[in-house]
Amino acid sequence: MSTDVATGITYWLRRLGGTVTGVVAQLGYVARFLVAVLWHTPDAFRRIHLTLREIYFSGVLSLVIILMSGLFVGMVLSLQGYETLKRYGADEQLGILVALALVRELGPVLAGLLFASRAGSAITAEIGLMKTTEQLAAMEMMAVDPLARVVAPRFWGGVISMPLLAALFSACGIFGGYIVGVKLIGIDAGAFWGQMKAGVNVWPDVTNGIIKSLVFGAAVSLIAVFEGYEAKPTAEGVATATTRTVVISSLTILALDFVMTVFMFRGANVG
Amino acid sequence: MNRSTIDLWVGIFVAVGFGAILFLALKVGNLITLDRTPGYHLEASFDNIGGLKLRAPVKAAGVVVGRVEAVRLDPKAYDAVVTLRIDRDYQFSKDTIAAINTSGLLGEVYIGLDAGGDTVMLNDGDRITKTQSAVVIEKLISQFLFEKASENANAGGGADQASPKPPGKTVEGAKK
Repeated sequence: MSTDVATGITYWLRRLGGTVTGVVAQLGYVARFLVAVLWHTPDAFRRIHLTLREIYFSGVLSLVIILMSGLFVGMVLSLQGYETLKRYGADEQLGILVALALVRELGPVLAGLLFASRAGSAITAEIGLMKTTEQLAAMEMMAVDPLARVVAPRFWGGVISMPLLAALFSACGIFGGYIVGVKLIGIDAGAFWGQMKAGVNVWPDVTNGIIKSLVFGAAVSLIAVFEGYEAKPTAEGVATATTRTVVISSLTILALDFVMTVFMFRGANVG
Repeated sequence: MNRSTIDLWVGIFVAVGFGAILFLALKVGNLITLDRTPGYHLEASFDNIGGLKLRAPVKAAGVVVGRVEAVRLDPKAYDAVVTLRIDRDYQFSKDTIAAINTSGLLGEVYIGLDAGGDTVMLNDGDRITKTQSAVVIEKLISQFLFEKASENANAGGGADQASPKPPGKTVEGAKK
């Protein structure tokens, strides 16, 4: 009886240990992969047209969804914010509300989530399919390093696109907030922009938003290329990898956002 | 898709993206104060500036005529000296009153200028002598509570005169 319990406990402990070791090993593997990709950074910029092509696919082609989402998020934020602020007679502060919410949080986070599902999944599927059809192996046979030729340009394309997309998202959202707040509801345009300008600081607010979006871009791109590169070379494997990219990227974005917000904005507006 | 088309689109994308960052920095944030309208400076000292912040508007009759440019403490008088930057288009008379007001209960704090009737106008670097400090809500509330308390004490003392309460205490309270 007691030996049964003992074996049961050792079994669970062993499983727990195995899981933890697996996670740590996976993290280490991702870190080494990142180092390898960064090592090939000069290749990505030496043959700049490869990176430009990736910026086109993950940045330019994401523009429509980013701009539309930004516009609508800004408009909804403006409508809802106005309803609440009106109760306290502070409806002139709508500009600050919309701008701060977008620049600090919603711009980077929502643009990151959209980027993960629009561009990250495409990158994973592309690289995964290249692996399945043995294109990556063929490249290696021809002494072309797939990390330099395929992975690094996609990684850097994502890192460069993401802050620009986030800034466009925020700008478009503020424009949407302006349309609803000033044109539709009828808040004074001077108060809207003036309050915004007085309440939004470039250093803590705009810059931290850009830093956030850079980090999200790096995280999503790394997860996307890693999942694609490590996908099982079957149709099912590529499908699983694509799903994993979207899920893991989204969770990573939210977790990173919380951590960075704690460090960036805690007490930022005191004094 | 040939390479030059991709280059063109990426160029447009990057240009628009940096445009958005510039928009966020300049129009939404306050990286550079783009107040190019020429102005002159006035000074005003207040006992208490409350929640007045830099770049707070200076309003006359509700119209923004300038901004708060600097706030410092006069080390001798322990007054807050506020430097105002007023648009050159607007002139104010020597007996203008500067008051620190709040728009609404939660609104922004601004400086209101009430022009007087003097024919001599304020010039660059002049000091507004008539000022009215910010209203500190806590002080108001405590004042109000204190008055209420002393009223009650007075009313109580007047109502039941048979009570052996010493009348001196209520008088003292009312005086305070």
